[in-house]
Amino acid sequence: MATVAEPMLAHKHEPEENYLTCSSGFLSWAMTLDHKRIGVMYLFAVTASMLLGGVFALLVRIELLTPDKTLMDHNTYNHMFTLHGAVMVFLFIIPSIPAALGNFILPVMLGAKDVAFPRLNLASFYLWVAGAIFFLMAIAMGSLDTGWTFYTPYSSSVISGSQAGGIVAAVFGAFILGFSSIFTGLNFIVTVHTLRPPGMTWFRMPLFLWALYATSVIQLLATPVLGITLLLLILERTLGIGVFDPALGGDPVLFQHFFWFYSHPAVYIMILPAMGIISELIATFSRRHIFGYRFIAYSSIAIALLGFLVWGHHMFTSGQSPLATVIFSALTFTVSIPSAIKVFNWLATMYKGSISLATPMLYAQSFIFLFTIGGLTGLFLGTLAVDIHLHDTYFVVAHFHYVMMGGTLIAFLGGMYYWWPKITGKMYNELWGAIGCLMVFVGFNLTFFPQFMLGSQGMPRRYYTYLPHFQGYHVISTIGALVLGTGIGVALATLLWSLWTGRKAPANPWGGVTLEWTCSSPPPLANFEKTPTVGDPYDMEQVKWDAKTESWIPRPVSERTGNSASH
Amino acid sequence: MLPIQTALPLCEMLAGDVFFPQQASTIAPGVDKLFYFIFWVCVFFFVLVVGFMTAFLLKYRRKENFDASGPTHNTLLEATWSVLPFFIVCYMFYEGVIGYMDLRSAPESAYEIKVRAKKWAWEFTYPNGYSTNELHVPPNSPVSLLMQSDDVLHSLFIPAFRVKMDVVPGRYTKLWFDATVPGKYDLECTEYCGEKHSEMLAIVTVHNDRSEFDAWLAKASDVFGPVDRGEKTLAQVGSELALRKGCGQCHSIDPQKSKKTGPAWWGIFGEDHQFVDGTSAKVDENYIRESVLKPTAKVVKGYGGNMPSFAGQLKDREIDALIEYIKTLK
Repeated sequence: MATVAEPMLAHKHEPEENYLTCSSGFLSWAMTLDHKRIGVMYLFAVTASMLLGGVFALLVRIELLTPDKTLMDHNTYNHMFTLHGAVMVFLFIIPSIPAALGNFILPVMLGAKDVAFPRLNLASFYLWVAGAIFFLMAIAMGSLDTGWTFYTPYSSSVISGSQAGGIVAAVFGAFILGFSSIFTGLNFIVTVHTLRPPGMTWFRMPLFLWALYATSVIQLLATPVLGITLLLLILERTLGIGVFDPALGGDPVLFQHFFWFYSHPAVYIMILPAMGIISELIATFSRRHIFGYRFIAYSSIAIALLGFLVWGHHMFTSGQSPLATVIFSALTFTVSIPSAIKVFNWLATMYKGSISLATPMLYAQSFIFLFTIGGLTGLFLGTLAVDIHLHDTYFVVAHFHYVMMGGTLIAFLGGMYYWWPKITGKMYNELWGAIGCLMVFVGFNLTFFPQFMLGSQGMPRRYYTYLPHFQGYHVISTIGALVLGTGIGVALATLLWSLWTGRKAPANPWGGVTLEWTCSSPPPLANFEKTPTVGDPYDMEQVKWDAKTESWIPRPVSERTGNSASH
Repeated sequence: MLPIQTALPLCEMLAGDVFFPQQASTIAPGVDKLFYFIFWVCVFFFVLVVGFMTAFLLKYRRKENFDASGPTHNTLLEATWSVLPFFIVCYMFYEGVIGYMDLRSAPESAYEIKVRAKKWAWEFTYPNGYSTNELHVPPNSPVSLLMQSDDVLHSLFIPAFRVKMDVVPGRYTKLWFDATVPGKYDLECTEYCGEKHSEMLAIVTVHNDRSEFDAWLAKASDVFGPVDRGEKTLAQVGSELALRKGCGQCHSIDPQKSKKTGPAWWGIFGEDHQFVDGTSAKVDENYIRESVLKPTAKVVKGYGGNMPSFAGQLKDREIDALIEYIKTLK
């Protein structure tokens, strides 16, 4: 195999310069067209957004410690949960894995020098920044209280000056962020189609790339609908054109259809890349060829397509027709199957593996545990008779946090730990990495598991005050949130600390066989000196452990048995 | 202090059904049964997934063996775990639809109560035209609610009955139930509607039998009877009206004049009010009447003008009673 010589070479002569050291100064970052630097800027920006959204979440949880006022008044609480949702969804979860980790990893994993349109890539980052500025404006005006869903007519009936301004600013921010998302999606689709090196056929692409590709398709097709909807909302608010507000002759349920036509596929924008990361982590840390590669790849595409057809399940109690409700329920159940397939495939990949419990794998195991709960509790909500009772209660809150946070955030942290040595060239402390993961896992379950019972007992969402008999579960949940917040702090601090104290990372610390592990850590500006050629992305025999350098090195062809990649 | 306060309600909750409040309607047992069917299916799959995960973690933990090999696919196995869940979810779908159809099809004979939702109060109007902020129903007979909203989206949820439906401005929505157990139950708004969303609550009273319900309705509807018979003053009736119409959600009546969404009522009669448009006026009978019927005509400085109009909902004599009541607040 032709690839073998090059990584060996990379080991012997580490390139003098990498993408971090090849140039310096503010402008070298601000005007960079390098996908890796753009990825790092995104990583910094979305992580900061996550912390901001996390602070709002903690304030919400602390307020809910007692049935009446704990810290803040009604309006402040309503601002807090709105900002928590809006910041987490629009500024963090949607761009987290695709724009931050995806930007860095996709071209390297693909064996390309950059994305297809580097300038568009930088433009999408600055659009993100512009959108974020509008969000900060809305926060500064202190008046965004519509919930992240901006439901009409609450959001479209002008109540007073600054409130109106805050809502318009946030909606416009979300509109701009949509374009950022569209540009990234477009860029990734073209990159995957046109920049694959010789030998990288569609079915030799790592599953993370399949996941990013499926995600990009959704971003490209669904986000414009959100843009149009938000624009109509702004027009209604500012010019009084009746679209959604019944007082002006509009229909509020129409807004829900438009909104969820984007926002439900957006759930898959959030979870598909996370599933992609988990496929990589499980294979690498089990030293096993991924089980059922084609089923996982196809299930990503199936989820992306079916995801467009289920938006109505957010509206089972909204007054949409019973026939539509029944059809949406049926379609909703079809999405559960490809998700289940992935979980079974990950388990089968661990079978007969050689499993290392390094921190990224701990996150992958947490993901399977939490995502299984998140996915299974979706069955209650897809079942119509049961959903009517659970709709808009804490059961739903618990369910989507298990999927979005237990899924996407956990995978994001796992991916960060996995690719951190590649991105920064530093190894983090394994013990502290594991402690952080454990705290996140325990804190997460403490926070959100009680919310299932709260919800089915009848505690509605978005409540500032609540009936006293709900307090017990709320106290457990708040304590959990504090543990969870601390855990995330430990996890991030462990990574940052490694920048100063971490030992230098080898090219391949984990034994991964996808292409990013064949270039040095951190990679040189152009990623690869020669266009690499490609084999099976999960043929673990391509590398072996080298105790001397404490890293994985290419295994000469003569030592290979050919068993691990047998089909 | 906190743990003791919280431990008690938690114990009470755990002593009953972990997931559900009391079953108090004809459809509740079916919903709970379906919930628990799905619950045990979930427990089975969760134990399966986490069990295999744990077993593999223990058995195949990396020791000396830095290499591993095993099957990379198995079409029969993969087809099985794709198709088997399909049949299970088909069954869930089917049961869910059957239950949903029952929930959404009110019997012809149902007793109809009209519901009007507004920020942040419920108003229930009975067939004889009497309206109040409490929902009273007879037991063991179907009751249907014909609902509309004055302002934004709301949603009516009675956990003990397992029913919920959004209340949408600009159209009617319907909901029905057949209450089985006499008692008092919580009714909550479950669609976010602004500042006091969490206080948009009401009590549902299921009477012991039909005649008790009829007697309650007859007595409650006789609003001015006690005044005519000299048993109550007009101001007393006004104070009951204020309670029933949910005025207190936005207007405080305590001597401290605590600040709510609208101006406090204490000592208001005869005061001068400054308005947002710069004009001012004295609070008298005509001003109060106008504020009830056309709330946005004069908005007091420092307030948002959130109040919905009560035109067509309050009769002249009821407005008289409210004015008399406000006069007594000093």
